[in-house]
Amino acid sequence: MTYPVYLRYEVLRNFRNWRFLFLTLAFPLVLYLLIGSVNRHVQFEGVAFPVYFMTAMATLGTMAAVISGCAIIATERATGWTRQMRITPLPAWTYFRAKVVVGYLRALLTLVLLALAGTAFGVRLPAQGWLTVLGLFLVGLIPFAVLGILLGHLIGADAAALATGGIVTLFALLGGVYGFQVATSGPVLAIIKALPSYWLVQAGKTALGGHDWPAEGWIVIAAWTVVLVPLAVRVYRRDTSRV
Amino acid sequence: MATSNAAGAGIVLSRLSKSYGNVHAVRSVDLAIAPGETVAILGPNGAGKTTTIEMVLGLTRPDSGTVTLFGKSPAQAVAAGAVGGMLQTGALVEYLSVRELVTMVASVYPRPLPVEHAMRLAGVTEFAERRTNKLSGGQTQRVRFAIALVSNPDLFMLDEPTAAIDVEGRREFWASIRAVAAEGKTVIFATHYLEEADAYADRIVLMARGRIVADGPATEIKARVSGRIIRATIPVAGPAGPAGPADTAALAALPGVTNAERHGEAVILTCADSDLTLRALLSRFPAARDIEVAGAGIEEAFMALTADDNDDELEKVR
Repeated sequence: MTYPVYLRYEVLRNFRNWRFLFLTLAFPLVLYLLIGSVNRHVQFEGVAFPVYFMTAMATLGTMAAVISGCAIIATERATGWTRQMRITPLPAWTYFRAKVVVGYLRALLTLVLLALAGTAFGVRLPAQGWLTVLGLFLVGLIPFAVLGILLGHLIGADAAALATGGIVTLFALLGGVYGFQVATSGPVLAIIKALPSYWLVQAGKTALGGHDWPAEGWIVIAAWTVVLVPLAVRVYRRDTSRV
Repeated sequence: MATSNAAGAGIVLSRLSKSYGNVHAVRSVDLAIAPGETVAILGPNGAGKTTTIEMVLGLTRPDSGTVTLFGKSPAQAVAAGAVGGMLQTGALVEYLSVRELVTMVASVYPRPLPVEHAMRLAGVTEFAERRTNKLSGGQTQRVRFAIALVSNPDLFMLDEPTAAIDVEGRREFWASIRAVAAEGKTVIFATHYLEEADAYADRIVLMARGRIVADGPATEIKARVSGRIIRATIPVAGPAGPAGPADTAALAALPGVTNAERHGEAVILTCADSDLTLRALLSRFPAARDIEVAGAGIEEAFMALTADDNDDELEKVR
């Protein structure tokens, strides 16, 4: 069964929460517009700054967009709604899928807005370039979507926003979103290259030309997913007590 | 128990126990409920009602013992859509109208009632288009009832379902429950109102301190817990009255007494008819003094019913 009605209302109620949606979308967009407009004609890492910074904000914004499902789940748990749904036949898989779809729709909206802003700043990419970046982002975001669900069932509503903010910042910093690498060689680089955020940044860089997304990227994303999904399922199944 | 055999395919709790730290929330509960029964679990706060219900629903894992629902485990029964209900706590998700929310829940059940029908039964039709965060406490509770109804399960589990509903609303609520019960659904509800249990249940299961202390037809249980309590001081070694020594057996044999206890000189009699008991007490045991008659609240009635149990507990502590 595909549970289209359930999915529809999950999407609807998340997108009607316009304050939450607005904050999720506004954060990367406002940063991009502010910093992008000041540095419109600057060259950075061999490309025009608006191009570079668009991919950076896309990485940050989409990570935040999918992982922020955590806060919504934590709130649903706090109100007791999650437990009410636990005595229905709703399969765990359907529950997870709806949460991932909602996160991805938020991420997609973030990308569209940044692409529009980028275009306004004169960023021009061939259609295939846009599609490649989009496709790689959809793959690279999987671990963050699952991490959001996992954390949502682990931590309280009060801590959720703080935790996701911290995690996004940490992943972004280590992954090189802010335009510098924490390390360029040695074991620290090896660790960094094992982070999904590093490969999201690399996905963004395919738009800058001359970059590929190697097999290593696929392996890292797959490994995080393979570890996180069973963990999230386990935590979800266990999470039936009063909060 | 007469119902045990009939409950083969119903709800069976077997030696069910659950502790939270040092608190024995539920202690070795055995219970069999036949399909189609309407059963009230009656008890004061902390009696173990909610923990029992949550173990039946599979939300709480028992420390020991088993639950079977219609021959299945709780998880299997839930997955089959055989269970629906109202938990004690649980707000509604926001950003949906009442109708949308009821439709959403209906969509995950295999055999839901028509949404309009469930909303009418629960009395939420007039605010069906309102967002769930704009409802009063009573309206919220009705929507939660609509969710339980639309699920159209074989077993309704209702944990203090009429909390926050006004008197008029309660009448409508119970009328709908009766309609559901008449269709052959099994209904289990927890309450701490004796009147509610008496008026709407076929059978009352009385819980106190994690145990079932009485189980039977509503009328019988009502007689046991709705009486008065007489407290008196009667010397143990004093001159025996016309009825012989005032031991527990003699006190329990007084007319109108449902339970007698003696702690040293202090005597506590739980009475179905305290007037009758008092007259007999004074004539048979003239040495009785410091007599007090008090209405037995349900808590006191439970205390009386579980007094021995309490002593056990003290023994263990020592």
